[in-house]
Amino acid sequence: MKGELKELSLTINGKPYELKVKAMTLLVELLRNELKLTGTKVGCLDSACGACTVNIDGKAVRSCSVLALQANGRKVTTIEGVSDSDKLHPIQQAMIDHGAIECGFCTPGMVMSAKALLAENPNPTRDEIREAIQGNLCADEGYVKYIEAIEIAAKEMRGGK
Amino acid sequence: MIADFEYFAPKTVKEALSLLSQYKEAKIIAGGQSLLVVLKQRLFSPEYLIDIKGISALDYINYEEGKGLRIGALTPHRTIEKSPVIQKYFPVLSEMENNIATIQTRNWGTIGGNICHGDPAGDPAPVFIALKAKLKLASLGGERVIDMQEFSKDYLEVALDPGEMLSEIQIPKPAPHTGTAHDKLMVMKGDMGIIGAAVSIVLDSKGKCEDARIVLSNAASVPLRAGKAEKKLIGKVLNDALLAEAGELASAEADPPADVHGSAEYRREMVKVFVRRAAAKALERARAA
Ligand SMILES: Cc1cc2nc3c(=O)[nH]c(=O)nc-3n(C[C@H](O)[C@H](O)[C@H](O)COP(=O)(O)OP(=O)(O)OC[C@H]3O[C@@H](n4cnc5c(N)ncnc54)[C@H](O)[C@@H]3O)c2cc1C
Repeated sequence: MKGELKELSLTINGKPYELKVKAMTLLVELLRNELKLTGTKVGCLDSACGACTVNIDGKAVRSCSVLALQANGRKVTTIEGVSDSDKLHPIQQAMIDHGAIECGFCTPGMVMSAKALLAENPNPTRDEIREAIQGNLCADEGYVKYIEAIEIAAKEMRGGK
Repeated sequence: MIADFEYFAPKTVKEALSLLSQYKEAKIIAGGQSLLVVLKQRLFSPEYLIDIKGISALDYINYEEGKGLRIGALTPHRTIEKSPVIQKYFPVLSEMENNIATIQTRNWGTIGGNICHGDPAGDPAPVFIALKAKLKLASLGGERVIDMQEFSKDYLEVALDPGEMLSEIQIPKPAPHTGTAHDKLMVMKGDMGIIGAAVSIVLDSKGKCEDARIVLSNAASVPLRAGKAEKKLIGKVLNDALLAEAGELASAEADPPADVHGSAEYRREMVKVFVRRAAAKALERARAA
């Protein structure tokens, strides 16, 4: 029935969740409003800016453009699930060390796009990095440092090779 | 944001078809990359939503020498783009996909959803028409196969009967010496084309053009076949001047929209450019094939 709560079971950042949600809930609304995982940002809510990018089953997806129920049975990773407790992920560390982060609003989405890229392709070319973050708008025009930081992180993750 | 609806998530095609026949006004959601935009703006609020994204049996790419290519309706754009079989036998499909939106959208959006959305600015439909694709439509009553070209009816309207869903896209093996190419005008890579052209050229053993298809996006309320431009090429040994003439003819056949991205007049000029470019590339490929 309309208005009825639907069962949703999924894994978020490695933790299993059994939830009840309204069918029209967007994944980003579930993450931010219900679960208070506010690291995922909302820029446009219109699939234009990429600030809400998360990983679903390891792939970069815009959480404003997915129904929460469509993540049923899947593994969602948000920016909160990227670091290893207190130790930042190499992508995060490289972005900080390299001065890639300006206002920081697009950063969680950038990290999630970069993470999906490096999981699939540990040694990407510059063009592949550009393509991976093409769907993440940065209003501060900070793309070059992001690209370089992802390159540095990739190298670090390959053990310096 | 979105008005609530009753939600079903069938796991098989059969379950989906039963639900579709039971709830006549139900709307299908696949990746939702187009549909959710409409629902968020509340241009439309369905009572029932049938989510087919989880039907993994419709996520496949098969190629057989005799039969050609078969793509399941729920195959994500990104899977098509990256498929080695498609890169080998139908590189135009991989190139076209690479220019659709961004990786995030291509990871979740499906090829079937793109076609069923019926946007005349969409890229896959013109390329499929150039490749003589057919669509398999399924309902509880059975299946039917129609030409992709017959599928688009009007702006955002396609030839799906109530209770029907798209299950597969079928592309025949191209004739020998066939070349196909696609290009579109974008402000930024991944934008919907301001204008787009898909061209397929078949040469005979003497190098004469035996068959040609020229299909435009965003040039009418449906993907538009430029028949006069095609006729201009068929039966001739092609050269740059003929390709430019085909562009002129296609431009005259186009009835493009005018919007913030370009006037109708500008689009007609761009049809000339993009038909010529795509045709030149298709010809080069046909000669190399
Ligand atoms: C930012 C952005 C940029 C884009 N750029 C481009 C571009 O450059 N070129 C381009 O071509 N497209 C572009 N698109 C559109 C996009 O490629 C597709 O339209 C989208 O992937 C649709 O697939 P989906 O699975 O998400 O469909 P949905 O949004 O779920 O569905 C779309 C429609 O199809 C119907 N439907 C879906 N699957 C079926 C089925 N199997 N049988 C019957 N009906 C069905 C639904 O009921 C709905 O009406 C863009 C989209 C976005 C958000």
